[in-house]
Amino acid sequence: MVLLAGNQVSKERKIEWLKKMYQSRAFEEMAEQLYAMGKIHGTMHLSMGMEASAVGSVAAIQKGDYVLGTHRGHSEMIGFGADIKRMMAEFLAKATGYCGGRGGSMHIADQKNGFLGAQGIVGANIPLAVGVGLSIRNRKSDQVCLCYFGDGATNGGAFHEGLNMAGIWKLPVVFVCENNQYGMSMPISNATTVDKLSDRAACYGMPGVTVDGNDIMAVYEATQEAVNRARAGGGPTMVENLTYRWRGHSKSDANKYRTKEEIQRWMQADRDPIARWRRNLIESDILSEDDVKSIEEETYRVIDEAVDYAESSPEPGIETIERGVYAE
Amino acid sequence: MNMREISYLEAVREAMTQEMRRDERVFFMGEDIGVYGGAFGVSSGMLEEFGKERVIDTPISELGIAGALVGAAITGMRPIGEIMFMDFMTLAMDQLVNQAAKIHYMFNGQVSVPLVMRSPIGSGAGAAEQHSQSLENWYAHVPGLKVVMPTTPYDVKGLLISSIRDNNPVIFFEPKLLYKKAIGPVPEESYTIPLGVADVKREGFDLTVVATGMMVPRTLEAAKVLAEEGVDIEVIDPRTLHPLDTETIIQSVIKTGKLLIVHEAAKFSGYGGEVAAMVAESEAFAYLDAPIRRLAGRDIPIPYNRNLEYNAVPQVETIVEEARALAQGRY
Repeated sequence: MVLLAGNQVSKERKIEWLKKMYQSRAFEEMAEQLYAMGKIHGTMHLSMGMEASAVGSVAAIQKGDYVLGTHRGHSEMIGFGADIKRMMAEFLAKATGYCGGRGGSMHIADQKNGFLGAQGIVGANIPLAVGVGLSIRNRKSDQVCLCYFGDGATNGGAFHEGLNMAGIWKLPVVFVCENNQYGMSMPISNATTVDKLSDRAACYGMPGVTVDGNDIMAVYEATQEAVNRARAGGGPTMVENLTYRWRGHSKSDANKYRTKEEIQRWMQADRDPIARWRRNLIESDILSEDDVKSIEEETYRVIDEAVDYAESSPEPGIETIERGVYAE
Repeated sequence: MNMREISYLEAVREAMTQEMRRDERVFFMGEDIGVYGGAFGVSSGMLEEFGKERVIDTPISELGIAGALVGAAITGMRPIGEIMFMDFMTLAMDQLVNQAAKIHYMFNGQVSVPLVMRSPIGSGAGAAEQHSQSLENWYAHVPGLKVVMPTTPYDVKGLLISSIRDNNPVIFFEPKLLYKKAIGPVPEESYTIPLGVADVKREGFDLTVVATGMMVPRTLEAAKVLAEEGVDIEVIDPRTLHPLDTETIIQSVIKTGKLLIVHEAAKFSGYGGEVAAMVAESEAFAYLDAPIRRLAGRDIPIPYNRNLEYNAVPQVETIVEEARALAQGRY
């Protein structure tokens, strides 16, 4: 049994996690408002309620490691350490955004730093993780790849092919399943006969573990153990974070497939991942109520600055439209 | 350059082998490419030279192979994949079309996707409906992909080396009937042929024939028959379907005034439509003195029966007939 990593997490990091979860929540609240005002078009997939799952797991990797995100990847990217200004600019489709306004909310990427991109095709990043793992292996590097996907992805062929290949070659990949209990409208209980999705890991010869995905320390510890194993050459792991998305699948969702009561229940302070972690930090005397207040204020300031930056940024010029279809 | 005669298949192997010796980032993965040496024997001996970390036998997971190529390519490698029959590439479509082709553009050039996906293509091997197709146009239609289909040992080696060194996803089709039958002079040394440059395989004045894949050697056979009749055709092999060397084709049509396009893929919505439209939109249109014609595969699946299969796609005699009719002004 490995030593519980939580004991070794510094106060500073614990506070940092809270800040990132706040940032993610505030970012998405702002994105929702801007969408309602018509300043963001298209659609977006909000991860509100799932912040601990993303921030807690990405906290377990180190500089130089890789992340493959999902269409619901805002909190993954913010947890990774996004430049909030460039991220907001991408939402507003501006030239200064991470993808120059070409990708939008579904395709945030910071590839030079290892965030290889959020994915619009459910499960498609799972085979990519195999290639990233092979690349790490063949370069004899000690990097690790964190590959996110939702519960819905575990029923597709890409999941099977990808986990199987990662398993047979013992690749340094951690598969993070953010089980928010619905694949768009399909409850996971109707989509599979498996009780715990992490049970599927056994089919691929890798450990599978399910944790309370709204408990950031539980997520962190499980992911850290998996990351350590991968880095040490012990092969892949599947970590399932049980969580819940507060908002609809995307902007077109009328939430017909679940009750208001169910959603409300998950938004209460005993389940909200941010409220839980805030209480934890206050009860363990790491933060005071005043500290929390100033963190909240700082968060809103950062988000407001990002909106100003994004709104004052230029749109990509029409003359750039055909650039970069092919690399030089 | 030290020339010697080798087969198309040996030229493919030599291109991969030389690039893997030259560049550690290049590796090769696919089904049964290791101990078995590939379903057609293309990679025979490569496992022994490079080991199982660079010649990777995979499970039967086409989607997984394609995704792995993309994942490796965006993290600094230059992978080559093999799909045993191009028909199976339909299983890898998501990764090739939604990932490989989009990543450079969608993420605004943050990384490139230098990969090659090789696959044998075409009918004539008695392999029936699900192992005989020519779906090259599916890939040529996708912005972000390059599509190459060489027809001689010399071309395949030079173009495969260029494809491996290219910083984009390249779909590389190898007409399976050519693997052992096409034998020709190939330098022992490494060399490149630029993508997007057509080759005039035979010069002529009466008619331009743009042929692709297996139709190139058949058209060259047809040209011999026609020459005896006094019909002198020019045969152009685009070699790269996307990007297409439009200029070579346009100049040829300006010279001959007639254009026939021959491909094995089904005619409807096939590659020939693109070539025909391109010429019709160009300055060569004014020089045309007959309608542009397409001779292509019938709009049917490829059947198993030998006679049916033979009659499903253009053959030397049907090319002769069509070229003769066009050259003699019967359209």
